[in-house]
Amino acid sequence: MSTTTRAAVHPLRITLRQGLHRGGRELHQMVTNGQDLASNLVWLVGLLAPLHMLRDNELGDTGMSVAGFLLPSLISMCVAFNGMLSLTQQLIVDRQDGTLLRLKAMPHGMPGYLVGKIINVAGTVLAACAVVVLTGILMLPDVSPGNPGLWLALAWVLPLGLLSMLPLGAILGSLIESPRNIGLVMIPLFGLASVSGIFYPASQLPAWVQHVAEAFPLYWIGLAARAALLPAGAVAAEIGESWRHWETVGVLGLWAGLGLLVAPAVLRRTARRESGSVMATRRERAMQRPV
Amino acid sequence: MKDDDGAAAPRTPHHGAAARPEGPDGPVIDVRGLHMRYGGHQVLHGVDFSVRRGEVVALLGPNGAGKSTTIEILEGFRERSAGAVRVLGTDPAEGDERWRSRLGVVLQSWRDHGKWRVRELLEHFAAFYAPYSTPHHPRPWDTAQLLALVGLTGQAEQRVGSLSGGQRRRLDLAIAVVGRPEVLFLDEPTVGFDPEARQEFHTLVKVLADQGNTILLTTHDLEEAQKLADRVLILVGGRIIAHGTVDELARRIGADVEVTWTTGCIGHRHRTPDVTGFLRRLFEEHGDDVADLRVRQVNLEDVYLAVVRDAEVGRTDEAARRLAGAAL
Repeated sequence: MSTTTRAAVHPLRITLRQGLHRGGRELHQMVTNGQDLASNLVWLVGLLAPLHMLRDNELGDTGMSVAGFLLPSLISMCVAFNGMLSLTQQLIVDRQDGTLLRLKAMPHGMPGYLVGKIINVAGTVLAACAVVVLTGILMLPDVSPGNPGLWLALAWVLPLGLLSMLPLGAILGSLIESPRNIGLVMIPLFGLASVSGIFYPASQLPAWVQHVAEAFPLYWIGLAARAALLPAGAVAAEIGESWRHWETVGVLGLWAGLGLLVAPAVLRRTARRESGSVMATRRERAMQRPV
Repeated sequence: MKDDDGAAAPRTPHHGAAARPEGPDGPVIDVRGLHMRYGGHQVLHGVDFSVRRGEVVALLGPNGAGKSTTIEILEGFRERSAGAVRVLGTDPAEGDERWRSRLGVVLQSWRDHGKWRVRELLEHFAAFYAPYSTPHHPRPWDTAQLLALVGLTGQAEQRVGSLSGGQRRRLDLAIAVVGRPEVLFLDEPTVGFDPEARQEFHTLVKVLADQGNTILLTTHDLEEAQKLADRVLILVGGRIIAHGTVDELARRIGADVEVTWTTGCIGHRHRTPDVTGFLRRLFEEHGDDVADLRVRQVNLEDVYLAVVRDAEVGRTDEAARRLAGAAL
């Protein structure tokens, strides 16, 4: 009964290694699976197509094209949809199909699962953003890959943007029971996107709508992305004609802080509730419904 | 005990905070006065039993008897209302990851991890257990070996989503044992199986049992219980109303042979352990009047059904009496 035979176990190391492996395999499965790849391409083409159509339209009297304004804003769409919504969706599906329960039965399975999911979702967002940024470099004469400020800005906007929205996605994914109810998230998210200055400058909207948009991370991620990708003169189209970096950090930081505070508790509660009989009930319910 | 090969080699004792000394001969599973209540509904009313190392025990009972609840409490997936529970010397409610690494849970998969390839998935899961390997109890299984054992070598590079139902269940079993668990839980493992898949599954469980695994399974299938288990527990209405080895139960039940006959127009029925003697006396007494004579062995299923029926209408005393020889 000696402890000398007991191998040293480093929970954090196992969690990170297994999570990285999971996330990596899932990303690999996504790019090697025709259906997943196609749906991601359709999404990106859908995002980028308006740019092509609007490339000659000028945005008010700012001297820049509508496409130029639109492109960086799409980064916030990628964070919201490829990031948050996708995390919500995957959590719901993974609870429904037993993925979560399977991991729960392994040592360090739940944290490993969560790290894997974050890697998966963050990887997808980065890939989508890379396409958007590359398109910007090719289409917009003012966006230069040689400008270190561009990469520096993206290096803080993307992580902070993800941190502000992913915990929210995890909470929603834990609370929604059925994949059929994903519309509860998707429809408000589209509504929010429409007023968050992504497709049209928020400065042109009524003040109260601006305030609604300003309460959520989506607007600020878009603003920060425009600050990174657009020439200095483009600030004229923004609310208060300012990039408002401090406010951006403040609002995104607040969402991230709140999310990171609440999400682990909600996830733990959800994980605790998973069991074989809960799964069986869910499966019966799903199978009774016409698909 | 079926310690006929190296797989049952000395096990690593548990040292976690919630651990209690668990001697080599102490029970792997120990349940005392287990109560479970959901809202106002009492599901378990003081369940007691224990399972020794290397034993295969089947928990039988009708739907809603509390089988799944019991097994989920033991797996640490559900909190109990009252009672003392120890699995590998640890309270499942306080089981840490090291404790978890010594357990195997066979889950009824549906369509999880459908995009993963069989070998890739098994290797991924195996890696969760590798840090818990000790010289005495190396973990995990070699995945190629395990795939061969469950007969999935040919499907190793196939996507999980493309497996047949039977193949998936064999993969479920492989996933449950990949960490070389010391105790394995199977909750209704063969529900929805076709006879061939059931047969394959039983063979596999037998192999695992022969390697000294401690196994607790729930089932509706009495034949399955008889085939796999060293001992059965019958749980009805949240109470264990009978338990004993399959042999004990079978002997007790087999002793009862049912004789039916008619004399004149009146039907008779008698149960006896001594058929020959009874029939001799019957013919001595009634001679040619005896007609429609039938002698039938009462099987485990008959008695199980009778016991469960009695228990369900509240006549647990009757049920206990029927199994008096087998219980305890």
